Formats: sequence, C-alpha cells, structure tokens
Amino acid sequence: MTQLILFNVFNGLIVGAFYALMALGLSLILNLSGVINFAHGGFLAIGGYLAFTMIPYVGFWGALALAPILTAFLGLIVERVLIRRLYGRDPLYSLLLTFGLAFMIEDGTRFIWGAQSLPFQVPGWLVTPLSSEYFFLTGYRLFMVLAVAVAVTGLFLILSRTRLGIRIRAGTLDLETVSVLGVNVRVLRNMNFGLGIYLAGLAGVLAVGQLGLQPTIGASLIMPSFVAIIVGGLGSLPGTLLGGLLIGVASGITTVFFPSATEAVIYVMMAVVLLVRPRGLLGEEGRF
Amino acid sequence: MAVSELNKRIPTTLVWLLLLTMPYWLPKVGGYVELGTQVVVLGLAAMSLNFLLGYTGVLSFGHAAYFGLGAYGAAMTIRYLVPSTGLSLIVGTLVGTIAAAIIGPMIVHLRGVYFAMVTIAFGQVFYFIAFRWSSVTGGDDGLTGWTRLPLDLGLVTVDIQNNPIAFLYLALAMFALAVGVMAWLLRSPFGRTLIAIRENERRARFLGVPVDQHIWISWIISCCFVSLAGALYALLNNFVDPRALYWTQSGDFVIMAVLGGMRSFWGPLIGAAIYVVLRDYLSSLTENWMSFIGLFFVLVVLFFPRGILGMVRRKVLS
Repeated sequence: MTQLILFNVFNGLIVGAFYALMALGLSLILNLSGVINFAHGGFLAIGGYLAFTMIPYVGFWGALALAPILTAFLGLIVERVLIRRLYGRDPLYSLLLTFGLAFMIEDGTRFIWGAQSLPFQVPGWLVTPLSSEYFFLTGYRLFMVLAVAVAVTGLFLILSRTRLGIRIRAGTLDLETVSVLGVNVRVLRNMNFGLGIYLAGLAGVLAVGQLGLQPTIGASLIMPSFVAIIVGGLGSLPGTLLGGLLIGVASGITTVFFPSATEAVIYVMMAVVLLVRPRGLLGEEGRF
Repeated sequence: MAVSELNKRIPTTLVWLLLLTMPYWLPKVGGYVELGTQVVVLGLAAMSLNFLLGYTGVLSFGHAAYFGLGAYGAAMTIRYLVPSTGLSLIVGTLVGTIAAAIIGPMIVHLRGVYFAMVTIAFGQVFYFIAFRWSSVTGGDDGLTGWTRLPLDLGLVTVDIQNNPIAFLYLALAMFALAVGVMAWLLRSPFGRTLIAIRENERRARFLGVPVDQHIWISWIISCCFVSLAGALYALLNNFVDPRALYWTQSGDFVIMAVLGGMRSFWGPLIGAAIYVVLRDYLSSLTENWMSFIGLFFVLVVLFFPRGILGMVRRKVLS
C-alpha cells in the first residue's frame, strides 16, 4: 500500500511538473501581455513531434536541446504575425485567435504525423528501474523531475539576473513606464512570448516520454495548467509552480483512493481555493 | 421617431418571418429541417451567451458546461425518471441554472481574461463527471437508449418524436420565450444597468450599483437560457455525449456571437447560422475540417472583429 501511494505521489509529481512548466509559460505571457494562450498545448505537442522527428538524426539529447528552441522560434513568428495585432484590443479577440490556432495545430499535427500514438524512444539506460522494490523509480522519471527543476531554476535566474528578465518583471508591473524608459516593448513582448513557448516545447519533449505522443496531448494538459495558475495565484510565478506541483500530487493521491475522480479533483481544489482564498495561494492581495 | 421605431421593428419581423417559414424554403436551398433546428438551438445558446458577453461585457468562456448540463438533465430525466418532454426541458434548464447560481459567487469578482480562464476551467468538472461516471451517463459513448416523446398538451398531443417539423416549431416556441424574456430584460432598468456596467464599471459602482450582484444575476439568466438550449439540443439529437460539455464547445458559442456581432441582438443567431452551415459543409468535404474551423476563428478575429451586423451598421451609419 505504501508502495502504491508512493508510486502515485511520484507519478503525480511528474505530471505536476509538466503542468507547472506549461503553466509558467502561460503565466509569463498572461502577466506581460494579457493574452491567454490557448495554443500553448499545441506548441507543447509541436515540441514533442519535432523531437520525435529529430531523434533519428541528432539523438535524444540533441532533440532535447534543439526541439524546444525550434518551437520557441515558431512561437516568435506566431506572436509577430498574429498575436501582436491584438494587443490593446478586447482580450476576447486574442482568446479566440489562440483558440483557433489550437485547433489548427492539433489538426495539423494529426495531418502530418497521423492520429495514432507514436512510439517515443528514450535512451535505454534511462528506462531501467533503479531499485527492484520501488520499481517506478526509473532513471527517466528522475531525469524528468531533474530536468524540470533545472528549467525552472534557469527561468527564475533569467527573470532575476538578466536584463531581459528584469524588464519582463518590470513590464508585468507597469508596461507603460517601462516603455517610457526606453525599452522596446514590442521586442520585449516578443521575447517573452518566445520564452513561454520555449517552456512549452521543453515540456513537450519531456512529456511524450511519459505520456505518449498523440495530437491531443496538448489539449489534455492545458486545462490543468489553467488550474495551476488559478490555484497558485494570478500574477505570481512561484505560485504557479507551487500550484502545478500541488494539483499533480493531489490527482496522484486521488488515483489511489478514488480513481474515477483523478481529473475532477483538481477542479474541486480550484473551487476551494476560489472560495477560501480568491487571490490564490501566493497571489498578491487586490491585484486581480 | 416614427422612422427609427420602424427601423427597429423591421429586423425583428424579418428574422421571425424567416424562422417561421423555414420548413418551406430550407429544403429548396439545399438544407434540411434538422439543420434549421440546429441553427435555432445553437443560436439560442449564442444569444444567451451574448446577454453576458455583449450586453454585460463579461467574458465567459465556459458556457458549454451549462449547455451540457441542460442536455444531460433533459436526457437523464427521460431515461431514468419520467418519459415527458415538457418535464425534461424544465429539469434540464433547472439543473444548469442551479449549477450556475452556485458557481456564480466564486467567479463574479473576476474580470476580463481571468473570468474567462476560471469559467472555462470550471466547465471541465462536469465534463469529467460525465466522462467518468459511465454507469449513469454512458461515459464517452454518450447517453443512449432514450428518445424524445410526443408532446402531451392535455387536449392535443403533438408528435414531435417522428415529425421533425413539429419539433422545429417546439424549438422555435422555446426560442421565442427565451429571446422574448431577454429582450424585455434588456429594455428594463435592470438591463440598462447591465449595459452601464459594460460601458464603465467604475462609474456604475460610484453611482451605487451593486456590480458583482448584477453580474451574478446576469450570469444566471444567461446560463439558464443556455441550459434550455442544451436541453433542446439533447432532444434534437436523441443523444448526448460529453463533447457537449467540452471546453471547445464554449469557444464555438463565443465565435458565433462574435461572428454575427456582439453588440446586436440578433447577431449571434446569424453567427450560429453561418457557423452551423459551414461546419456541416466542411465536415462533409474534408477530414481536416478542424483546421479550417481554426483558420475561420483566426480570420474572423483579424478581419471581422465587429461581426457581420456590426459591419452592416457601420456602413449604414457612414
């Protein structure tokens, strides 16, 4: 029983790490540009599929390095061509646009790579269990948690140490002042969007090793990412991280005791948070 | 005065004339009666959403949840409780309305994209309940093993079961009821207050309007009629599955409202008509119709943000 619970908690932690990675990207874009990127799940899928296509040529590690960058590049183009036009308009329009994009990407991946689930090869030595008692502790799973931890640390370092990161954080608080101070806000938003999409692409490469590669993978991850943002607190990136991990573990534990509520439990958590603490766990008072 | 009064009457009369004569002209232009009923039912859903979206200025992206609850409410009433069409419509509408009333207080203090995000996430609860609780809801395969039944009006029985035209008129009657109530509400002081909130929330608040309360009531009214549309939708198809509750369905309603014109009363109905016909046509033409629907979303946002009626009005005014 302990083993079963541990197994599911660990599983939940991994899934939660994906939610968090995806939600962090969504949060970045939402905080700076006020756009909910429904196509975020689509970019995640693109990351996974690009990695799948690249692996025969550059190997797993090469794909892990390259696929997210290519996805981010695609994100930069999409922001430049489509989303940029909608800043300053009713948020409804960016919602609808990314909504349509999500449809197009999901169907596009289905058209190119097929609707069936594709086999995704991770290096053999990562797949073997590390311990016979805790069979679920494969190297790949530990590696995923580690990779997400590195990515998140990197993100927070970028935000706190680099010029770009500091400008992004300043822009989140007061974009107009940042603009007046001579920062090119268009470029800033573009880079910020790319950064968010990079995280989605990275989550995609990592996730397909665990969840399998099919066109609907993005659609199934995006709603929990919304919940992660709401639970963690709108406007707070550490909150988003915490929210993602929390709902992942919660749904992992629920799988043990009440399997049919695995998915529903995170929405119940969201309702509880909205009732008890409407600004979210780490959200700032009065900001939203 | 008299001219503007007349100008207001013409569109309404025209819409009703077209709707009521649908069985006669629809087959002649290549349609079929069920397609017309779909337009009426989804148009009702889009117009109800627009009560909130266009007239209160609140961005709801989760209306599929209440549409689906209405559909399941109606279907399960017939399947498990009583074989009565009238009662199934009432129960379906009530289920969705009550759920909306309960969820309302948790969300009415949110605005803009945040309202959208929370409403769409909330909808997923009902999706997963319908999906997982398969012994009652039929799960992913949908709830089957029931059909709509002839409408018993006491003196006469209307055979809406086998006669699609009779069902169309039932849907139109419900549509008339809901749309009439919404039009009446929008003309009342309450409706004017909603529009005031849309135009300038802060000013409305300073004037002493309890804004959150008004949004809550507007939300309930909107969800109530969306549930009615959902109940009709289940009866129309004699079937309901979790996709009626899925978040993509919410997006469909919003695009219908935007496409037709959010700031006009009949706009969403026109949007629904175009959307339904287009989807029907595309899905018969290509397997990849989803991409085209997605492209359609993008094009509408980029080139028709005011919707068709919004553009027409602009042309007329200039």
